[in-house]
Formats: sequence, structure tokens, C-alpha cells
Amino acid sequence: MKSLVTHRLFWPVVALIALIAINTATRPSFLSVTMRDGQLYGSIIDILRNSAPLMLVALGMTLVIATRGIDLSVGATMAVSGAVALTIIDASPTPHEPSVVALAIVVAVLVSLVLGTWNGFLVSVLGIQPIIATLVLMLAGRGIALLITDGFITTVNSDPYKFMAQGYILGFPFAFYVSIVAIAVVVLVERRTALGVLTEAVGINPKASHLAGVRSRGIVWGAYIASGAMAGIAGILYSSNIMAADANAAGLYIELYAILAVVLGGTSLMGGKFSIAGTVIGVFTIQTLISTITFLGVPPAASPVFMATAVIIVVLIQSRRVHRAVRSLIRSLRSLGGSAEGDDASARTAQAGSGSSGDESARDETKVTSR
Amino acid sequence: MVTEQQPAETEDRPIVEMHGITIRFPGVLALDDVDFVLRPGEVHSLMGENGAGKSTLIKALTGVYAIDSGSITVAGESRVFAGTADAQAAGISTVYQEVNLCANLSVGENVMLGHEPRNRRGIDWKVMHREATRHLEHLGLRIDPRSILSSHSIAIQQMVAISRAMVLDARVLILDEPTSSLDRGEVEQLFAVIRDLRDRGVAVLFVSHFLDQVYEISDRVTVLRNGKLIGEYLVKDLPRGELITKMIGRELDELDAISTKADRAIDRTATPVLRAKGIGRRGVLEPANVDVYDGEVVGIAGLLGSGRTELVRLIFGADRPDSGHVEVNGQPAKLTSPRHAIGKRIAFSSENRHEEGVVADLTVAENIVLGIQARRGWRRRIRRSEQQLVVDNYIKALDVRPADPDQLVGNLSGGNQQKVLLARWLATAPRLIVLDEPTRGIDVGAKADIQRKVAELSEQGLSAIFISSELEEVLRLAQRVIVMRDRRKIGELDSREVDLDGLIDYIAVGREGSAA
Repeated sequence: MKSLVTHRLFWPVVALIALIAINTATRPSFLSVTMRDGQLYGSIIDILRNSAPLMLVALGMTLVIATRGIDLSVGATMAVSGAVALTIIDASPTPHEPSVVALAIVVAVLVSLVLGTWNGFLVSVLGIQPIIATLVLMLAGRGIALLITDGFITTVNSDPYKFMAQGYILGFPFAFYVSIVAIAVVVLVERRTALGVLTEAVGINPKASHLAGVRSRGIVWGAYIASGAMAGIAGILYSSNIMAADANAAGLYIELYAILAVVLGGTSLMGGKFSIAGTVIGVFTIQTLISTITFLGVPPAASPVFMATAVIIVVLIQSRRVHRAVRSLIRSLRSLGGSAEGDDASARTAQAGSGSSGDESARDETKVTSR
Repeated sequence: MVTEQQPAETEDRPIVEMHGITIRFPGVLALDDVDFVLRPGEVHSLMGENGAGKSTLIKALTGVYAIDSGSITVAGESRVFAGTADAQAAGISTVYQEVNLCANLSVGENVMLGHEPRNRRGIDWKVMHREATRHLEHLGLRIDPRSILSSHSIAIQQMVAISRAMVLDARVLILDEPTSSLDRGEVEQLFAVIRDLRDRGVAVLFVSHFLDQVYEISDRVTVLRNGKLIGEYLVKDLPRGELITKMIGRELDELDAISTKADRAIDRTATPVLRAKGIGRRGVLEPANVDVYDGEVVGIAGLLGSGRTELVRLIFGADRPDSGHVEVNGQPAKLTSPRHAIGKRIAFSSENRHEEGVVADLTVAENIVLGIQARRGWRRRIRRSEQQLVVDNYIKALDVRPADPDQLVGNLSGGNQQKVLLARWLATAPRLIVLDEPTRGIDVGAKADIQRKVAELSEQGLSAIFISSELEEVLRLAQRVIVMRDRRKIGELDSREVDLDGLIDYIAVGREGSAA
């Protein structure tokens, strides 16, 4: 029990379960899944489907954050990727041909790889601060997307492309499979090889890692390339969902949601140790929140405030300080209730309580200063 | 044991009395019923090996750790510290080894932080700088309070930290390893300040691994071992050998045993393992030659800033030389990055353990295999079984404590972190290992362990370059000593033909009249 509570994914999972519980309580049909024409329907299925772009972007973001970096350009990269794919399909006389769609997707992802490579070059070779380096593309990227689409919102009609975000296989949405494959690839590449631990080493102590012979430049560069590629695929899913390349709306604010998902999953913005499982949970938490807003019928004008409030509550649920405060509150309430034997005993328990919590805060402080 | 040796020199009432202090960490009894007394106007050294409980005792006194049992009395008043702020309010200030000030603020801002004089428009900068200047001059420091802190040497920064403590009106000043990155002149300056504070009635708690300094500055010494109090003594009544024995609990003839091992002939007709010719970099190091032969330990002696570290960093490729070239086993080698050097089986352990050595948030095991893993590349991960074999082997061979491969390295003491680093490099099976200050800031026992290992490995054919500020160590381990001064190699000595005083003279000669 104790080891369960101290597991670093315990509180992220609690937050997600609490969110699902609230949804189910207000709308009992939340958890129900029905089968229609061989396709599964239900709020949960929607969440699995709609979370795919954020999932991809957040996975890439996790790797970048682990290297002490940040990638603000993912939303813009999504816009570029969608613009490239749809422009190719639009230009083709046979937009329903799978080979045309395949070509469009491959080119769009390659372009995103180039954008990621550019970010990685700025950060790892030129040594520009990640937030500034990726800000360049964040601002320029949507302009590039507009240039590609000639300033229009390109719309196409292509069944294979539509399938990316809207198709189903074995009852589940295709986009969900894309998420699963992306998670699996990241887990395999990071944890089955030594890349994960080397990434963490670089994130925790870049100088020491360099002197130990770790290719820190390559690892940092690689993280941005991965992030770019992931954003590229996310851009395809997004544009497939609306069958249009909207340079201004595609992936808007997704960098912020992705960062939030990574942090909710327990990965520190200081870099170093990262948790892929944590990020997955973080993404589902955020997507569930977004769905909740729709389910509860929150008016559009109030939804950002609702979202912000919910995020604050989720963050508080995970905060160690809040845990401590709650624990000592419970203890003092308990000692108040059980003080029938006299003040003496309760005073002793209270003191013991404050003693141990002080101990914890001390360890927290040493952690902070050692950073 | 304690009462028997209780010195009765000063009749002053103690400013700090700690009684029966016990602190338990998960699995460890860090302090076991320890008493500690600090009197006003004395410099009191706290001695013990790493892990003896010095830091824990200090942290109990500064409110960082809560005590499990025992009592703390400050100036006759019983205190319970719930945090560092409480300890500071009681007049207890600490200056840590790594200066914890704000490097990018000005000197004045640092000194007055939290006590800035105010006027209607906010901070009164004029008064603040005047006040700061006054406090600094109190310590004999004449520096511009508007200058940025990081533009000053570590020594000056430390003095700034002390003046900051004085602004807080400290009656107790704790100096934790203040001298570990200072050169001789700076230590003198610091000691002058400490003596001055002592004469003004401040109680100074001094922690240092330098025995010389402990004997020079302190009046009294308290010895801890394995979390237990061994005793309190007057420094003048306690010979060094006895102090060391009390600290480590065994006779330390081992260090002398090491020295005999260095007395062996090195075949210098063969091709050297490493030959650096005219290696240098403008403004950093004048071109220098270094040869290291099979199984030889080459020491580098010189003061801090003499170019010792710069020389080995250029050889290793951590910094780029702009002149000269390097041969490894007679073959020209281009060492432009640590990876190249490691590929040629050269290992380099930096003097800066925290920033360039350990990866604090990774485990002991991950830190040890980091070097091998980096060489293999990320695709071929070291299998768990293989990792366990390597790690267990080195933990045992170097006596890393606690012997727990899954412990985070950041939680280990300095000496044990150093052993983990040594293990990381030895695991890569180097031909040549470069050790820059491997024994700095660590306890006598760990020092002996590390030196013994280096001597043992060099006998088996490993070559080494050994840098240390402690010249005895250099002479004990090395067959040949390269002497550096003012970023220049000034000579090479055979360690059999020179003694400690000779070496000091050699380093000092020509130091523009100020030779000590």
C-alpha cells in the first residue's frame, strides 16, 4: 500500500480517475460504449480518438524536456505538415489514390523532420536557448504554412486521407492505433536501448555526460528531430479530421497542452528523469478535461476559465506540499477527536506529526538547493 | 570519555549546547546520542570521516533537519528549529562549501539581501551600498558593492557570504569546507577574517578536510565517527596522529605502505603510452611536453590556477589545444573531444565532481556503467546481468558505501561519489587514467582507498596522471612529478630525488619575492 502511494505515477492516476468519476457521476452514460456498424461509439472512444494528435506531440515533448529543453514550435509544425500534405493531394488529379495519399504523408513527415532538425541544430550546435530557438519556428511556421497553401484554407476530398483521423479498424478508431504505435515505438527506442538513460544523464548533467563520452549533442539533436516528426504526424491527423489545412488553427496552443501533459505526468521541466507512462496519463487527463467541458455544456466564453480551474485542481492533487498539509490537518483533527484521555497525549501526537512532516520538508529543501 | 577530557580553559557560558542528538534516516542512524558544545570566541572544528555525521549535525543545528530526540540550547534558551529561518533568527548562520549566494546579483545586493534599507520609492540604493561597504570593510574587504558577485573569485564570494552572515547578526558562524577551492593566499585572508570574528566573540564552527588548516585555526575539536561522539579535545593537546586515529578508528600506517609501491623503475626506453608535444593554447597554457610510460604514475604539482587542470583538459580533448600534437602508443592521435580520448582508452576524471563528474539523479549503478555505455553507443544497452556484475565488482573493490547499486549518487558522501567516478573510468578499461584532484574534500579513509587503488593498478600496468593539491600524495604515488607555475610547465622531477620541502621550494622559486 505504502509503495503504491509513493509510486511516482500514483497521483497522476488518481487525478485521471477522479476526473472520470466526476464525469460518470454527472452523466452516467460517460463510460458506456456501444457498437454500431462495427464501430465503437462512446465518450471514452472519442477521447481515445481525439487525444491522438496531443499524444504524439506530448511524446516528442517528453524527450525534449528530458534534455532540459522545450519545443514551442510543435503547433506550427503541425500546420506546416497539414499544409504540405493537403497541397500535394489537392494538386493531384487522383486524390482518392492511396499512393498519392501515401506520398503526401511521407513528404509532410519529411518536411517536419527537417523542421525538427533545424530546431535541434539551433539548440545543440549553436547553443541557443531552447525556448528562443523554437520560438523562431513557432512564429515563422504558420507563415510558412500559409505560403504553402497560398494563403487559403486548402480543402480536399480524399477517402484514404480521411481514414487517418476518421476511419475505424476492428471497431477502434484508426487514430487510436497511431497513438498506440507511437507510444510503443518511443518506449522501445528509449527503454529497450540505452537512449533513455543517456538522455536522462544529459538532462541531469550535460557537462559530466559529455566528459563521460556521451554524444550529448546527438542526443539533444535527436530529441528535437523526434519531436518534429511526431508533430508532423499529429498535423496529418489534425488536417484529416477536418479535411482542411487551416494554417492558423491547426495545433493552436497544442505546445502548451503538451507541456502540461508532460508535467502532469511527473516529468520535471528541469530535465532529466522522464516518464512515458506519465505523459500518456497526462494526455488522457487533459483530453478528458476538454471533453468534460463539452459534456457539461460549459459556454464557450467560460471554457478557458473552467479549463484553467480544473488544471489548477489537478496540479494541486499532485502537489507534495498539499499532501503534507492535508496529512497534518487530518492528524490534528484526529488528535482533537481522540483527546478524551487528556491534552497530554494529543499534544504528543501533534508534536510527533509536525516532527515527521518537518523532516520531509527538510529533504525537499535539500533537493531544491542541490539543483 | 567526554567529561574526562572536558577542557576547562574558558569559563564562558556556551552559546550552543546540543545534547543527546539523535537523527534517524531510513535504514541509517545518522547521529546517535551526540553532544556538542560551542562557546563564544572560539574556533571549533568538527572532525570525522565522510558519513561520520558532521553534515547531519550541522544540518540539525541550522534547522535543515528535525531531530528525533535530544535538545538544542542556544544562549541558554531551549530551541526547536522547524526550519532554517528559525536557526537564523537564533543567530546561527552558515557559509557552505558551494557558495549559495545569487551569482548574478551585485555584491551589495547579496550582502544586504532581505535587509535592504528602504525609502518611499522602494530600496534606498545609496544607503544600501554604504551599508554593504561598511559590512565588507569590517572584514577587510575593499570591493565595489555594485560589482556583480560572479565577477569575483570564490574566495571573495565566500567573504561576501560571511559578511552576509554578519548582517544577520550571527553569534554562531558555521563554515562548511570553506577552503576547499581556495589557494594559500586566499586561505590566509579567510583565516584573518575568522580570527577577527572570534576575537569579537563570535563562535565559529569550522569543518575542513585539511588537517593543517584545522590545526592552524581552531582552538577546540570535536570528533565524530559513524554517527557517534568520540570526544571533544583542545587542539594543542591532541597530536595529529592521535586525531586521525580517533577519526578513522584504526592506525593509519596504510598510507605509508602505499608510498613504497611508488619506488619502482619505469622502462622509459619503450614507446610512451601518451606523448604530448608542445601542447598548449593561447592565454590558457604555454606549450608543454608530457610523456607517460607504461605503468607509470606522473604527478602534476602546482598551485591552484598554475595550469594543472588546463594541461590535462587539453590532452584529453575536453578543451581544444591550438598548438602541439598528441601520440598514443606512438601513433598520432587527434583528440578533439572526450569521445576520441575515451576511444583511445584514456580516461579523465574532472576535479569538479558535482558539475563535471557525477550525474546526481541517476543511481550508483547507472553512474558506474555510464562510461562503458557511452562507448558502446545507445543502441547496444548493457544487459542487467552484465551491469550487475560490473557494478558489484567495483562497489566491492573500492568499498563504496552504502553498497547499494540502486541508491541515487546524489545521496552519497563526497568520498563515495569520487569512488563511483573512479569505478566509472576503471570500468572502461583505460590504458591511461587522468585523475584531477580525486581526493579533494573527501575523508582520510576514502583518500587512502583511492590512493591504494591507483598504486595497485599502476603496478599492474595502468598508467596514470595524478593531480593533487596535497603534495604528499603526489610524491607518494608518482614516479615523476611535472611542476607547473603560472600556466607553464617549469620542470620535471624524479620523486625519489626530491622531498616535500624540495618540491615546495621548486614550485615557489621565482615567485617574485613572495615565496613562502
